[in-house]
Amino acid sequence: MSDRLTVAKTYKLYIGGKFPRSESGRSYPVSDTKGTFLANAAQGSRKDARDAVSAARKAFAGWSGTTAYNRGQVLYRVAEVLEGRREQFISEVATSEGVAVKKAQSLVDTAIDRWVWYAGWTDKIAAVLGSSNPVAGPYFSFSTPEPTGVVAVLAPQQSSLLGLVSVIAPVVASGNTCVVITSQDRPLPAITLSEVLATSDVPGGVVNIITGRTAEIAPWLASHGDVNALDLTGAPESIRADLERSAAGTVKRVLRNKQNEDFAATPDMSRLRAYLETKTVWHPMGV
Amino acid sequence: MWEYAPAPESRDIADLKPAYKMFVDGKFVEGTGEPLKTINPATEEVLAEVSTASESDVDTAVKAARKAYDRVWSKMPGSERAKYIYRIARQIQERGRELAVLESLDNGKPIKESRDTDVPTAASHFFYHAGWADKLGYAGYGPDPKPLGVAGQVIPWNFPLLMAAWKIAPALACGNTVVLKPAETTPLTALVLADIIQQCDLPPGVVNIIPGAGDVGAALVGHEDVNKVAFTGSTDVGKVIQGQLAGTNKKLTLELGGKAANIVFDDAPLDQAVEGIVNGIFFNQGHVCCAGSRLLVQESIADELLEKLHARVSTLRVGDPLDKNTDVGAINSREQLTKIQELTASGEAEGATRWTSSCPLPDKGFFFAPTVFSGVSQAMRIAREEIFGPVLSVLTFRTPEEAVAKANNTPYGLSAGIWTEKGSRILWMAQRMRAGVVWSNTFNRFDPTAPFGGYQESGFGREGGRTGLEAYLDV
Repeated sequence: MSDRLTVAKTYKLYIGGKFPRSESGRSYPVSDTKGTFLANAAQGSRKDARDAVSAARKAFAGWSGTTAYNRGQVLYRVAEVLEGRREQFISEVATSEGVAVKKAQSLVDTAIDRWVWYAGWTDKIAAVLGSSNPVAGPYFSFSTPEPTGVVAVLAPQQSSLLGLVSVIAPVVASGNTCVVITSQDRPLPAITLSEVLATSDVPGGVVNIITGRTAEIAPWLASHGDVNALDLTGAPESIRADLERSAAGTVKRVLRNKQNEDFAATPDMSRLRAYLETKTVWHPMGV
Repeated sequence: MWEYAPAPESRDIADLKPAYKMFVDGKFVEGTGEPLKTINPATEEVLAEVSTASESDVDTAVKAARKAYDRVWSKMPGSERAKYIYRIARQIQERGRELAVLESLDNGKPIKESRDTDVPTAASHFFYHAGWADKLGYAGYGPDPKPLGVAGQVIPWNFPLLMAAWKIAPALACGNTVVLKPAETTPLTALVLADIIQQCDLPPGVVNIIPGAGDVGAALVGHEDVNKVAFTGSTDVGKVIQGQLAGTNKKLTLELGGKAANIVFDDAPLDQAVEGIVNGIFFNQGHVCCAGSRLLVQESIADELLEKLHARVSTLRVGDPLDKNTDVGAINSREQLTKIQELTASGEAEGATRWTSSCPLPDKGFFFAPTVFSGVSQAMRIAREEIFGPVLSVLTFRTPEEAVAKANNTPYGLSAGIWTEKGSRILWMAQRMRAGVVWSNTFNRFDPTAPFGGYQESGFGREGGRTGLEAYLDV
């Protein structure tokens, strides 16, 4: 046994490609499922949420403007880097979720494969969801899916990595950018994931990750004028309707999925469709 | 300007009745709400008395729709549903003249528009969606996508029959039943559509049409046994409905307001562009959510374009909606006319330069002469708010980047227009417009095969095309 003291990690937020502490200076203790202290996590604030939205908005033009092929490679790269840190994630997921190592292995492997699944979608979405429209007139008309914009994601509270990946990947695959509030009590794998994102060619600001109290931060995102869509998956039951009412103030697209979603199953296109707009373009035909 | 002899369509064709009833469970019945009088906005005369729904009538209609859904419509093979919907399309075509004249009487829009756009497009929406009813497994939502149940639909007064078609056709094709509330000021063609539906022998309760004001709409969308809500109308009301549905499992689609940019580059074919600009803002008196109400002109051609535009707009004939030569009909209501007057006054007060066509206006009725504001800045209300009338705001730009920034500088995002001869620029611009429909070198084109709907505060969900089916399927 080594007598060397390990270097403990400081868990911080991930905003605009950087790792700041909460502007509020607050942190909160995170324990495993048995109550043993694991680390302090940053307790994000309204200001952190607003900074994250502004970083996500700033990143949107660039990310939505990259080619689908390029986005596919970036998402695949996330899977590659995640694979390289597989052991670390297995240990973190096992501790955070209180599951056996074998179960944690399966959760991490599925999370890695999920990035691969969505990486393959980036350059197929338009072909599957778009169309050329046989209009009754001398016009060429086509419709193509486009990203909705900045998406606020309330990540699942239970599934700290697989659930998180399952809600982030479909948002960014189609060119959206996002602000994610992690599981409140199991935030550590999310912060480690942000280290993966930061080293995987995902441009800063495309994914912004905030740890803290979901019920405190979510209302600021639901009412924010520069957020275009809201994923309620991890929202506490008691505030879901209120968040939806706030979201109506700027006609946000709201995904009402609940936490009982089976994240281990192969997804369908519904999470991709939730953050896509359809644009129809017309032009006359003639000589 | 050429003098034209009057060429009015006969109002007898509308087969106007003194009174109209609601259509519930396959029968025309008196509503227990306070009856409304619908007027001809071109003359202010009362056209007919229309019974309206009370809250208990809303409940009766929803129950009828639920029963029809459970017992008949959801069990019927798609191939049979299709044939009912085809029948409706055919009957709309057969009764096209009647519907067109009635629409122009009740709404105030020129007969050439109701005859050539509203009615044929309504028929085509039923015809198109009929074909989907037995092919939903090919629509990309899984092998056997299911309907939602009862759809509560609330539609506006600007395209009364056409909006009813946009709402009812996809709902029926996907296997849902419908309770639809037409707008308070324009209930008549929806009730003739009900007559058509009755003649087509649709099972009772599959379609129910309940006239009334906003309170009836609120009761309908709030009814606990409605599974799907579809609303077309103002962004303000859309937000209220979205808020009202918070915490429920009802699926919602919204088609709301707009403040579209119509962008003209210096290489555009100017005469064509002028026609497109005129169509974009004066079609249907500008009562169009996707109207090209903000004209963005490249600075180098602004003077030339404005001169051509004034000359062209001066030739628009404003007047009797039933006259086949009329280009711009009546504003739909006194309330809307007041809103247009108030916003144009704000344009003058905020320093924009007003030009108004000197065309003669009728003595009676609600009319507003086509108006073009130049020297408009982005901060002015006439550049930001939806006027929903024949009023165009002209702004200028120098570079394509500036055009993009100004076009997207709005919480709305329904449509945009681009005028240039350069193909690569069209595609570059189209990609950057944050809007659901982009018309390039054309404007205001609609087709049931082409998805229509907004970005941002112009709403969500699409109507038309394969994409539009999602709104009425449990996916």
